[in-house]
Amino acid sequence: MTRSRLALWAVTLLVLVVAPLVFSKGFALSLLCQMGILVVFALSYNMLLGQTGLLSFGHAVYYGLGALFAIHVLNLNKVPTPFIPLVGGLAGLAFGLVFGYITTRRAGTTFAMITLGVGEMVAASSLMFPAFFGGEAGISGNRSQEPFFGLTFGPQIQVYYLIAAWLVICVVAMHALTRTPLGRMANAVRDNPERAQFVGYDPQRVRFLMVALSGFFAGVAGGLATLNYEIVSAESLSALTSGMVLLATFVGGVGFFAGPILGAIVITLMSTVLAGYTKAWPFYFGLLFLSTVLFVPGGLTGVVVLQKRLWDAGLLSRVAPVYVRMAVPGLVFVGGAVVAVEMAYRGVRLPGAWLGTFAAMAVGLLAARWLWRRESDRWAAALEALAGKAAP
Amino acid sequence: MTAALALTGVRKRFGATEIVRGVDLEVRAGERHAIIGPNGAGKSVLFNLITARFAPTEGKIALNGGEITGRKPHEINRLGLSRSFQVTNLFHRMTVFENVRCAVLWSLGHGYAFWKFVDRLRDANERAREIVERVGLAERAASPAGILSYAEQRALEIGITIAGDAKVILLDEPTAGMSRTETEAAVALIRKVTEGRTLVIVEHDMSVVFGLADRISVLVYGQVIATGTPAEIRANAAVREAYLGSAAHA
Ligand SMILES: Nc1ncnc2c1ncn2[C@@H]1O[C@H](COP(=O)(O)OP(=O)(O)O)[C@@H](O)[C@H]1O
Ligand SMILES: [Mg+2]
Repeated sequence: MTRSRLALWAVTLLVLVVAPLVFSKGFALSLLCQMGILVVFALSYNMLLGQTGLLSFGHAVYYGLGALFAIHVLNLNKVPTPFIPLVGGLAGLAFGLVFGYITTRRAGTTFAMITLGVGEMVAASSLMFPAFFGGEAGISGNRSQEPFFGLTFGPQIQVYYLIAAWLVICVVAMHALTRTPLGRMANAVRDNPERAQFVGYDPQRVRFLMVALSGFFAGVAGGLATLNYEIVSAESLSALTSGMVLLATFVGGVGFFAGPILGAIVITLMSTVLAGYTKAWPFYFGLLFLSTVLFVPGGLTGVVVLQKRLWDAGLLSRVAPVYVRMAVPGLVFVGGAVVAVEMAYRGVRLPGAWLGTFAAMAVGLLAARWLWRRESDRWAAALEALAGKAAP
Repeated sequence: MTAALALTGVRKRFGATEIVRGVDLEVRAGERHAIIGPNGAGKSVLFNLITARFAPTEGKIALNGGEITGRKPHEINRLGLSRSFQVTNLFHRMTVFENVRCAVLWSLGHGYAFWKFVDRLRDANERAREIVERVGLAERAASPAGILSYAEQRALEIGITIAGDAKVILLDEPTAGMSRTETEAAVALIRKVTEGRTLVIVEHDMSVVFGLADRISVLVYGQVIATGTPAEIRANAAVREAYLGSAAHA
């Protein structure tokens, strides 16, 4: 277990180092940079959602304020470029301490509401203080200052490796945090705050510390964004950004440390690569989110982990035929749906095309349902066998 | 000698109904004190008042001579009072071992530390392992608490309750819903783990109560109608009429 975990870390490091050599085109490289930033941001969000059970609608506040402080400090030309993300992190931490004190007085729905309120307040103050928040145009900066050990951080590849380095530091730190007394008590407070109280812990204090620390990592992500884009606008602390990190984290899977990593990769790909093909990409992302909530609450990582457990138990070969058979009508339905969405976005009016598409979707759906009635037993049996093997 | 737990004139009102109607109760240090009474008498509410889950409407509560009225639950726990719940109250998604380890962290001074690994905390891991063993769950240590059997969950609940080494332990119906053999095992466990501590136990099973308790208080309709040794309680006419008699019929 420890050895396989070590191997996982090593492979990850190798991928980070090699990736830009393989995907060296400008577009691919900036894609990798975006992914790295969102991974840090989403992991910091999951410190709240997955680990402490806190649903926040205002996490972009820490990201955006981190980015803003980072760009103002960058423009002072006093702090070497590689340390700019740290400035963002410290700003995120400071605001995490302040807002965390306000928001964590209550948990549950009240917490969610207060984070929404704080988010709106901060977003509104961007109109009141345009000099700091940058107004409509945003604030620009220049990341290449005095060379730092020969590096100017002008070329994108240098920024990539800087982001990769911060990514590794943050991932290691956030992973380590889950294995500390505070990290474990965050899980305890998530599972049962009352019990946590009766073993001596103040749930409010646990939540407060987790908000402050996750504010730090969100701020680092903001600082990285500052270096990557060299411009910060009020959008980075808007509810839109808060919603985006929530969706990415949830789609990836909140119950796993690596979940937000996968979610961040998927949403970056959708918002860039998929967006290059179709304007409807947010619609698809919405569908993906909806399907996750409805059908796989464990997220994409949950799906992957389940396959691995089936494989380990020697049960994957039993369910593989189910997948293959279900895939046929499933693809017909999904394909039909995609065609329908694209026709709608392109304003296609041909009745025949619509009729054909709906017919294909209906056939796919009915076939899938009919098939599932025959296959579900096999699937359930495999899951049961898996549960049987899990229990000693 | 100061009482481990002293309640003076404690009252609790929910809206218009007064559930606890002026309770005076003294639990001596080191004794096993049972609280019995019919369903709905207010026994669980009394526990909730002592542990600050609810605030009393009136009255004072003192732990080892120091007043704790108005303190928060975690503060009271840190002063050396720990409780179990009538409805099992665990960290369901964590393993048995993790449950117990979370329960020992505070008492060992690890607090909110985020700069040390729990796996490397020797004292916490040893203590947790020892307690898991003591409550008979060593073989289930790696199982999530949520999949344990009912009796196992009750045992874990006791493990969590004693894990922080509190000197005053409150157990709310620890054997409710158990079979005869499970009850016997649970009583033996309770006897073992509360050795040298003060125990306050709410219990319905009279054979358990009379076998375990040094003293018994009878709570009826929000008031303590009698306190005494098992023999005294058995001989008490008011108790027989109000409770034991009816229990015998039931
Ligand atoms: N939070 C509450 N709000 C209102 N009434 C309550 C509350 N908790 C308990 N009660 C009422 O107090 C009475 C005593 O309950 P309880 O202490 O649980 O009885 P028991 O002696 O069986 O443990 C019951 O009538 C119950 O309905
Ligand atoms: Mg009760």
